[in-house]
Amino acid sequence: MKVFVSGDATAIALGADATAHAIAAEAGRRGLALDIVRNGSRGMFWLEPLIEVQTPAGRVAYGPVAADAVASLFDAGLAHGAAHTLKLGLTEDIRFLKKQDRLSFARVGVTDPLRVDDYISHGGFLGLINALAMAPADIVAVVTESGLRGRGGAAFPTGIKWKTVLGEQSAQKYVVCNADEGDSGTFSDRMLMEGDPFCLIEGMLIAGIAVGATQGYIYLRSEYPHAHRALKAAIATAYAAGWLGADVHGSGKRFDLEVRLGAGAYICGEETSLLDSLEGKRGQVRFKPPLPAIKGLFGQPTVINNVISLASVPIVLDKGAAFYRNYGVGRSRGTLPIQLAGNLKHTGLVEKAFGVTLRELLYDYGGGSYSGRPIRAVQVGGPLGAYMPEAQFDTVLDYEAFAAIGAMVGHGGIVAFDDTVNMLEQARYAMEFCAVESCGKCTPCRIGSTRGVEVIDRIRAGIERDRNVMLLKDLCNTMRFGSLCALGGLTPDPVRSVLEHFGEDFGARAQSAPA
Amino acid sequence: MTGKQQPLNPPRRRAESRPDAQLAPAALVAVERALAAHLDKPGALLPILHGVQNALGFVPADAVPLIAHALNLTRAEVHGVISFYHYFRSTPPGRHLVQICRAEACQALGARALEAHAKQSLGINFHETTADGAITLEPVYCLGNCGCGPSVLIDADDLHARVTLEKFDALMRVAREATS
Repeated sequence: MKVFVSGDATAIALGADATAHAIAAEAGRRGLALDIVRNGSRGMFWLEPLIEVQTPAGRVAYGPVAADAVASLFDAGLAHGAAHTLKLGLTEDIRFLKKQDRLSFARVGVTDPLRVDDYISHGGFLGLINALAMAPADIVAVVTESGLRGRGGAAFPTGIKWKTVLGEQSAQKYVVCNADEGDSGTFSDRMLMEGDPFCLIEGMLIAGIAVGATQGYIYLRSEYPHAHRALKAAIATAYAAGWLGADVHGSGKRFDLEVRLGAGAYICGEETSLLDSLEGKRGQVRFKPPLPAIKGLFGQPTVINNVISLASVPIVLDKGAAFYRNYGVGRSRGTLPIQLAGNLKHTGLVEKAFGVTLRELLYDYGGGSYSGRPIRAVQVGGPLGAYMPEAQFDTVLDYEAFAAIGAMVGHGGIVAFDDTVNMLEQARYAMEFCAVESCGKCTPCRIGSTRGVEVIDRIRAGIERDRNVMLLKDLCNTMRFGSLCALGGLTPDPVRSVLEHFGEDFGARAQSAPA
Repeated sequence: MTGKQQPLNPPRRRAESRPDAQLAPAALVAVERALAAHLDKPGALLPILHGVQNALGFVPADAVPLIAHALNLTRAEVHGVISFYHYFRSTPPGRHLVQICRAEACQALGARALEAHAKQSLGINFHETTADGAITLEPVYCLGNCGCGPSVLIDADDLHARVTLEKFDALMRVAREATS
């Protein structure tokens, strides 16, 4: 009997380890031969711990399966995919999954994340094998033509970054993966690293071959211990199998890869502070220019890309630029692994072509709020993203459409709040978070954020409300245009969106109504 | 900025001479092990600090001169790095490190109430340790468990989802009963 129980951090937090132990114990008690695979998560968190059993008809899912439900599943005939109140049917027929466009996440939740043979039998390394037979400039051209843009949030065209690094002459170039996924509401990097680490390794290998870099680093946040273990194990396996090292798959080309841990600094998700951190320094933002592509890690030309950007590359090189480009809308091509988070009934991962509306994601996929109350506000794109009101829920997921209304797709995290939320408190938190996480290099961010908290506190206390709101707007302006990087520059976005769309929480009604 | 500003008197900017070790023997071993494991790596300081903190639970002030000496840095530079990152501690934590996520996705599911309850029930603020030395409470800004908050991480990797106030109390009871 082959059973799949997710080893994903969220699944474990919901009890997957206990469920896996119970399955092993129950099989032992009944003398049944058992093969448990700790796969990645399918991304349906309300069904975790989700277990799947291999049957001739396909994988049959049950969930959520608490440890104490395991014995009854065996009694019912788990081995044959028999009926049970927790039975969900064939996994691939579950509606939430069936409507998705899983490209980067094609293997997550399907394969054994740490078995390279499983990776290969599910299409792994085909992109790299193609890339090894191509001229570097041709690899870069394919990535450019695919329309892939940086999935970390800035949405800069990946191929153009690579082209700049390829064009630089240097004895040493680097590929750095930004795995400092600090935005609240995002976990796609984590899920991919835990659920399909070879895909990231393959993407970094292709980047290295394309630009002539021989050393790669994955800068992983220290809050992700499960991903750390998965990456270390996968890298060791990839070395042993000849996919990393002095002679990548017999090509004569070298690529070495190492995971480095961050240390709990949100700012290190900003690419230049990440590079300083990798160099062993305080993670402070660098002035640009020079761009990291020209003077990056240790002053050398460096490709620095987000996990999902790099993990999207293998399929582009495998199936071609046109295949990937055919997904999406406008200038947002391909797919985005969207993360449904916060107060939603069905949270998890939805990989969809750009063009899906926020409303579809919140209600069709997300099933509405977890609390059952109306959804009042949605923050997309992490702590620097605007809060969007119901009136904006028909916005199409597309970088330009979001930018046009002062919002941000970012890394694709969607955090829903019900109507118990106090939006003044959310605006205050945006400033507070910036104050905690500012690297301190520029004044608008370092000082402005603290002043922002103080001004909002005065408004909350009812002190000179109108003057202080004006002051807050002015401060937002200073931070936006005076900060060195996106932390100080975009912290005003959630604050201003609250003033604009949820002004009643700032006492706006009192202001507009004549005394 | 750090490390870029030259001191007024340039000749003073040289490696710290190796100081007499003030560390307890076990701590000294941990520091020397971390140095031996990572010293040759480019950008070795963070891996070294992680090695020390993994072994000891914190980076003792007396380890700073040793690390500075080994890396040809000033003590100020090493201290500056330790103090920059929230994760590195200069003081030993209690027997259990409890991190509560404060970020938005967890707020949307009640993290603000959980934070207040944790502080009140443990009788401490963030960055403090209970009087019995059992629990150190720290804020954390996202654990990547945003679909199932409020999230709490206990010690290195014991992650908990949908932590209600009652569940938090139960987790603290278990932590207190466990020896370490």
